[in-house]
Amino acid sequence: MIWLVFAAVFWVAAWRLNVWLSNSPWRGTWPVRLAVPAIFGLTLLVVWEALVRGLAVPGVILPPPTAIGVRIADSLPILWGDFVQTFVKGALSGYVIGCGAGILTAILIDRSPFLQRGLLPVGNFIAALPIIGTAPILVMWFGFDWQSKAAVVVAMVFFPMLVNTVQGLAAATEMQLDQMKTWSASYGQTLMKLRLPAAMPFIFNGLKISTTLALIGAIVAEFFGSPIRGMGFRISTEVGRLALDMVWAEIAVAALAGSAFYGLVAAVERGVTFWHPSQRG
Amino acid sequence: MRNSVLPILTVILAILALWYGAAVLLNRSWTLDQAARAGQEVSLSQIVADTMAQERPKLPAPHQVGAELWKTTGGMALKGRAFSKRSLIYHGWITLSATLLGFAIGTGLGILLAIGIVHNRAMNMSVMPWAIASQTIPILAIAPMIIVVLNSIGVTGLIPKAIISAYLSFFPVVVGMVKGLRSPDAMELDLLRTYSASPAQTFWKLRWPSSVPYLFTSLKIGVAASLVGAIVGELPTGAVRGLGARLLAGSYYGQTVQIWSALIAAAILAAVLVGLIGLAQRITLKRMGMAR
Repeated sequence: MIWLVFAAVFWVAAWRLNVWLSNSPWRGTWPVRLAVPAIFGLTLLVVWEALVRGLAVPGVILPPPTAIGVRIADSLPILWGDFVQTFVKGALSGYVIGCGAGILTAILIDRSPFLQRGLLPVGNFIAALPIIGTAPILVMWFGFDWQSKAAVVVAMVFFPMLVNTVQGLAAATEMQLDQMKTWSASYGQTLMKLRLPAAMPFIFNGLKISTTLALIGAIVAEFFGSPIRGMGFRISTEVGRLALDMVWAEIAVAALAGSAFYGLVAAVERGVTFWHPSQRG
Repeated sequence: MRNSVLPILTVILAILALWYGAAVLLNRSWTLDQAARAGQEVSLSQIVADTMAQERPKLPAPHQVGAELWKTTGGMALKGRAFSKRSLIYHGWITLSATLLGFAIGTGLGILLAIGIVHNRAMNMSVMPWAIASQTIPILAIAPMIIVVLNSIGVTGLIPKAIISAYLSFFPVVVGMVKGLRSPDAMELDLLRTYSASPAQTFWKLRWPSSVPYLFTSLKIGVAASLVGAIVGELPTGAVRGLGARLLAGSYYGQTVQIWSALIAAAILAAVLVGLIGLAQRITLKRMGMAR
């Protein structure tokens, strides 16, 4: 009972603090902008912990955050091994191959408007399909190890990347193209010096979408078969054993890896497309 | 639109040709093995013919998938067994109902949260960063846990899958709708203030209508995500019902034709759902005078 009261009091207090902070004169400054979501996240964790303790929820249904934290600290080597297997070997290699292939294909079909008119709608269509369903097939073809996971990731990121790059290559304006023509720039020069740089915001948009897709693909593909390590493998087996603290630990790692990956690509984007209005804000 | 029909057809034909070529290449080794075991020589045309008609090919040829698809949908419907357990219509319906229920819940909650975020600064500052961050994390990984935990407290069937679908469609709708509800610019908002419009009037006459294009865009993303969620939600319960179960059962028993037909059925379902929303979008925007 005391835990439930504590949860309610903490919630109300934190919320009032947030309301006060977000209406205070400092609401535009970065410490406050960082503090408000942090307080909200912390509140969720505290309320979660208090509710689980107060209502005596069994650990096989919802473990409290402290138990998950202890589990993470206890099983760092396992988590690291799973991370390397799923993220570094599966997701990252698939991401590099898939995105690279998408960009290259877009550049290859760049000189053929006919192919573009055909590939763009088909690519858009395929990008909306549940490609993750190819996972069992690719696991059959490439075996249980990371190669099949990388193949699923390639299949997932290729079309979003292709569509975004094709759109990006069309982003240079008529006037800019004319300018290149007056300098008698060749096709290759125009591509390297004008059109690819102009396409960068679109390419990075595709790269950012693909970060999440890559991690999802690598994890879900492991549900269809994997060696005895990997984040998806750990999640599906530990769920079967009702060791939910380990499942949550893996999910925490996946969340961390996903946002760090996204953040990294976004940071590179800021460096590459420093000239774009959305980055100058 | 008209002049892109030919290029699209060409690309589709090229994909089919590649598919047939890949089928011959991938299935050839099995044919050659069989022939070697039987001590026979096989000619090229025999190899090609055999790779198109294997029982468990590595890659079934398109017409095999098409035949299986017809056999398990239209063919069964003609026999009056459209909802038997072997019919893809039955499995598709299981998946579709979870998708639609989850999509409706996720979209509804997403719109409500977006309205809260737009009208409450504290909510905006506390929730919005998390909603955006949630786009970068693989939330699909929680799916098996939700299924098993809800199973253990006695909730089975449609609801757990619908919950997964709901939270997958929830975040895209929140992010899209916040953008949409904020799309009226300062001048438009000022105009309504000079009319001394109440906040409710501002919402219904300005913010809501201008958010509609954004709503439809996020609905398209959301419905595709919902379908993926429902399919993945069918995996951990051990291949009972639904398109995801067909995929898993097919991969257990090496029934590649069954996997491919379930996959194509899922693709058709996704295409129809996204297409329907696109159609609704075109009609709505036209009637609202916002069509481009």
